[in-house]
Amino acid sequence: MAGPKYPGFDTLALHAGQSPDPATGARAVPIYQTTSYVFRDAAHAASLFNMERAGHVYSRISNPTVAVLEERMAALEGGVGAIATASGQAALHLAVATLMDAGSHIVASSALYGGSHNLLGYTLKRFGIETTFVSPRNPGDFRKAIKANTRLLFGETLGNPGLDVLDIPAVSAIAHEAGLPLLVDATFTTPWLMKPFELGADLLYHSATKFLGGHGIAIGGVLVDSGRFDWEKSGKFAQLTAPYAGFHNMDFEEESGTRAFLLRARREGLRDFGACMAPMTAFQILQGIETLHLRMPRHVDSTRKIVGFLAGHPAVQAVMYPELEIHPDHNIAKQLLPRGCGAVFSFDIKGGREAGRKFIESLRVFSHLANVGDAKSLVIHPATTTHYRMSDEDLKKAGIGPGTVRLSIGLEDPEDLVADLERALKAAK
Amino acid sequence: MNLQVAGKSTFAYTAAHDVDGAKRTVVFVHGAGLDHSGWGLQSRYFGYHGFNVLALDLPAHGRSEGPALASIGDMADWVKKVLDEKKIKSAVLVGHSMGSLVVLELAARYPEAAEKIALIGTAYPMRVGEAFLDAARRNDQAAYDMETIWGHAAQVPLAGNPNPGMWMYGDTLARLARLAPGVLHNDLNACNSYAGGMDAAAKVKCPVLFVLGARDAMTPPRAAQDLVKAISNSKTVTVALSGHLLMAEAPDATLDALIGFVA
Repeated sequence: MAGPKYPGFDTLALHAGQSPDPATGARAVPIYQTTSYVFRDAAHAASLFNMERAGHVYSRISNPTVAVLEERMAALEGGVGAIATASGQAALHLAVATLMDAGSHIVASSALYGGSHNLLGYTLKRFGIETTFVSPRNPGDFRKAIKANTRLLFGETLGNPGLDVLDIPAVSAIAHEAGLPLLVDATFTTPWLMKPFELGADLLYHSATKFLGGHGIAIGGVLVDSGRFDWEKSGKFAQLTAPYAGFHNMDFEEESGTRAFLLRARREGLRDFGACMAPMTAFQILQGIETLHLRMPRHVDSTRKIVGFLAGHPAVQAVMYPELEIHPDHNIAKQLLPRGCGAVFSFDIKGGREAGRKFIESLRVFSHLANVGDAKSLVIHPATTTHYRMSDEDLKKAGIGPGTVRLSIGLEDPEDLVADLERALKAAK
Repeated sequence: MNLQVAGKSTFAYTAAHDVDGAKRTVVFVHGAGLDHSGWGLQSRYFGYHGFNVLALDLPAHGRSEGPALASIGDMADWVKKVLDEKKIKSAVLVGHSMGSLVVLELAARYPEAAEKIALIGTAYPMRVGEAFLDAARRNDQAAYDMETIWGHAAQVPLAGNPNPGMWMYGDTLARLARLAPGVLHNDLNACNSYAGGMDAAAKVKCPVLFVLGARDAMTPPRAAQDLVKAISNSKTVTVALSGHLLMAEAPDATLDALIGFVA
């Protein structure tokens, strides 16, 4: 007898988390542009504050439009729930702030988005949280860096800038041996390319600004919990396993082993740090998610065509894309990313900084800006923009060459994109 | 709170309150493969409104030490031991699915201990299909999938959760993933082989509440009708839009039914 089946990814992307609006019958997700919600009576108010009834009190803590996005992302990732945040950076901060106090330690991949590196390497340090950075290409280095006060292992599914593929099964095994959770930034892969929880990750987040929203119109983040990490058994997370005077003396793990992390993250993290998502933003990101399963294959197909073009071009020194056999993570990419390695990658143009500058300024279809994951193709040349103050030597330490160019491949006709690149490469000679 | 029952470490959620002998007590007993956390909203309500609450983790579930108890009768005796341990002479007993059979049997065996009983998502006989049993016997993921998909109304995966930001399927699967091998099969087998329902119904003297989900695929309302007819001192609340996991799918309707009954 065949067992029952779950709805497919495409169906969940369109429906999960939302019933037609009970008040109006609206089929599209309504934008609940409200700060607060009228209580039926005093008893109802008390029951909402005491978590005796489900519902909304104040939109910093939860909002019906934002809740649709949260539930939909939890469904697509296979988690127990999610919390949408003001940005991807806010999601990372919420995860860290929920799990640890001053005196704690993180072991993180060194191949991170610059903003994440700043947060871990400099900003959190001011608050007493230290990070040791290790190469994601040597999972054993994560083990070596774990200390008694380590509370989290962290990496990106596809790292910056070289698309290092995090060996999630290996790193999560190391984390779990030490009684620690693994958090991954899954922005570049989206749940369409990879399901990190199925590979062993415990927590994940997205910069929803990128491929989830997909149209470069809204800043947001979303933090998802697998509900699989056993906080009680670990014994390292009093934040979740001891009564908390800041919220009804609640022992979050005692309330629910599977929901403990999100309970504290919402009831403390959103309440006190306040980096919540606006309902209009949630609506805009939901519009993107409804076509994620259609856009991602096209992003990847076009990327493959452009990678192929660049890899054979005489003005190009190197292309860093894990589907190429020369990429150091080619084999692990085949295992973990069978649907493709995303649509953001870097290549090195011959001729250094000046060639890079000329190349960028000669492009007509690609937009020169600081973002990725848009429907429109994007380009940036770190040596003359984001990292222009750095010497060639310092750039090298950051994994960036003077001629490194980062592309984010959009949904235009790929032949037009190739023609644009060809013209600019010629101009840069 | 943690307590010792029959020499084993046992967990009972109390909504952060100590047991007070002067208060009435509401005991919650979960269904197959689940744990106390399924009663979160309802148990907190009673805990914050003047009742002692004991939302139990049966042996080998949640935070309670194993092994699992093999029969509904054994589980009923065990719940009675919890009451004895806490010196509670009589309580409102609320059971969901397998837990509903446990509180029914307890009320029959120990009438003095059952002030009232509420049977949520119940049926008798509580037959479990061979494919489901077989998958659970093999600890196959298919069994957890069946419990998850059949355990919720069909609209659940394509609808909103009353609890903001939470994914009901994900929570059920995550809870089931924490079970030791064999526990789900143990529970399903206990439900399937329980043969004392009609005898127990005949012995029950206290008021009984049935809370049934109109869209319940596991214990549809028609499967509870023999019990409903056999217990004259009963009331039935049918929740129109809910499936089997009423406490999560229709938390307010379930709580309102309990408030009206317990008061």
